[in-house]
Amino acid sequence: MALCSPSNTVLLDCDVEAPNAHLFLKPEYTERERVTVLKPVFDPDLCTGCGRCREVCRFNAIVLLTGKPMLFQELCHSCGGCARNCPVGAIEEVRFEVGTYEAAESRSFFFAHGLLDIGESRSSPLIIRVKEEAHDRELVLIDAPPGTSCPMVESVRDTDYAVLVTEPTPFGLHDLKLAVETVRKLGIPFGVVINRAGLGEESVKVFCLGEKIPVLGEIPFDRRVAVLYSRGDVVSEFLPEYREIFSSILERVLCEIEK
Amino acid sequence: MRDRKIEQISVISGKGGTGKTSYVAAFACIQPDVVLADCDVDAANLHLLVASGQKNDETIPFTSGYKAMVDPDVCTGCGKCVEVCRFHAVRFEGGAGADSRAKAQIEDLACEGCGCCADECPAAAISLRENTAGELFVSPTRFGTLIHARLTPGQGTSGKLVARVREKAVDIAGEKGAELILIDGSPGIGCPVIASLSGADGALIVTEPTVAGLHDLIRVADLCDHFKIPTYAVINKCDINLELADRIQEQCRDRRVEVLGSVPFDPVFVNALTAGVTVMEYDDSEVARNIKGIWSALLSSMRKNNHAFTKAAAR
Repeated sequence: MALCSPSNTVLLDCDVEAPNAHLFLKPEYTERERVTVLKPVFDPDLCTGCGRCREVCRFNAIVLLTGKPMLFQELCHSCGGCARNCPVGAIEEVRFEVGTYEAAESRSFFFAHGLLDIGESRSSPLIIRVKEEAHDRELVLIDAPPGTSCPMVESVRDTDYAVLVTEPTPFGLHDLKLAVETVRKLGIPFGVVINRAGLGEESVKVFCLGEKIPVLGEIPFDRRVAVLYSRGDVVSEFLPEYREIFSSILERVLCEIEK
Repeated sequence: MRDRKIEQISVISGKGGTGKTSYVAAFACIQPDVVLADCDVDAANLHLLVASGQKNDETIPFTSGYKAMVDPDVCTGCGKCVEVCRFHAVRFEGGAGADSRAKAQIEDLACEGCGCCADECPAAAISLRENTAGELFVSPTRFGTLIHARLTPGQGTSGKLVARVREKAVDIAGEKGAELILIDGSPGIGCPVIASLSGADGALIVTEPTVAGLHDLIRVADLCDHFKIPTYAVINKCDINLELADRIQEQCRDRRVEVLGSVPFDPVFVNALTAGVTVMEYDDSEVARNIKGIWSALLSSMRKNNHAFTKAAAR
């Protein structure tokens, strides 16, 4: 869809656990940085072992071992509560790396994504970094992660419109219902694109009709698409009829936003 | 009875949509006395294949963490909460400040429940309430008991819910004398996947020969290696791109991930899914025979690799 857009487009791949958009766009990165979060480090000389830090931590990320605090990294949410509450200033917040941000800028296109470090569990800080690039742009497309939990919400938050891509199977319908519930909760207008149309059954269409959800377009099930996708080729560049499909979905979205 | 070791196999994929759940359902159909744990709590699907139309035996509420709540009658609008919140979860309509009449508002989906705002509020206008984050279900299936869950959309504690699903599965396996727990993991490499993998005896990656499948396979295989879990792979839809299927074989060899089989693209997967059954039940297809072979290869490979475990189990 990004490549079918008429104007300058920004594409942000926010699926930082399994980013894939770069495999299709093959960007030459012009920018790269390590993304960090703050985590507490305890100064054993200053620490009196009072346990205030453990008390204030709602994530149970701090334990006292032989009278001194110890951090369970993976439970820490970097809220800063422990450092602010330490009565003797024994806690310093130090930057820890969680992933890599990469961006590629050319005259007509801007692409950015994040790569979460292996073993790192919280993706939100990296998603927030990638989304910073959305400021002061005309049209921003965000590739959101699957699911309906925090990484998806962080990616979809504060957007003007959500395009829910589904497929006409019981799995597709089941997950679509969850996604619909989530974007409704977020108060974001949305529409549905049915991928691999023609496979499976009609229940997704029936659901959309019943819920008055606009179906923005359908992408037919086509083995040629599966083969192009498997190679990392952009379908609309090889099969011109698909260019029309994607352009019309984008036009439809822009119309819906105007409403 | 509890000291008998229960084996746990986690099926994961990295990339979504590779066919993971269809394989888990097929294995459940082959293997007797299995307990199923659907750990894709964001979008649990396994019940659609193995328990369609069945009622849940048990529903257990899942609470996790806290959410902040503002008492607008007490809030002075000073804005201290905005200052301390690292999650951009506090908003003021029209801007904060001592002379402003605006009141703090908590955006529930952004609030991580750290309580910093409540601790720092000079007017004590903010309190914390327990957060209901989802539900766990215990369901009978055609093959064995299934534990699954539903995360309330927008919740951030999916790793914790995965851990609860697995605990419950271990309890049920103990009660029923089952020896194997089959875990349907979630896509990605983040917190729910880590929770689906930790402590598992083996991981099976269901991948596909696409650039995205290969890219994510490498990341999730490295994650398994990070946790020192014996890892195996199946290449689904292997004929979509034979060259990439070869590259997946190479990458697996380099990482000592044993490829147990390759299954060509076949509409039987979608047909079975639409009928609400596993591919094993749908018809006597080439795919069904292939999957049966993969399952027995997985079990025998795991037995070989976990020699110490087998000896302990025999005792």
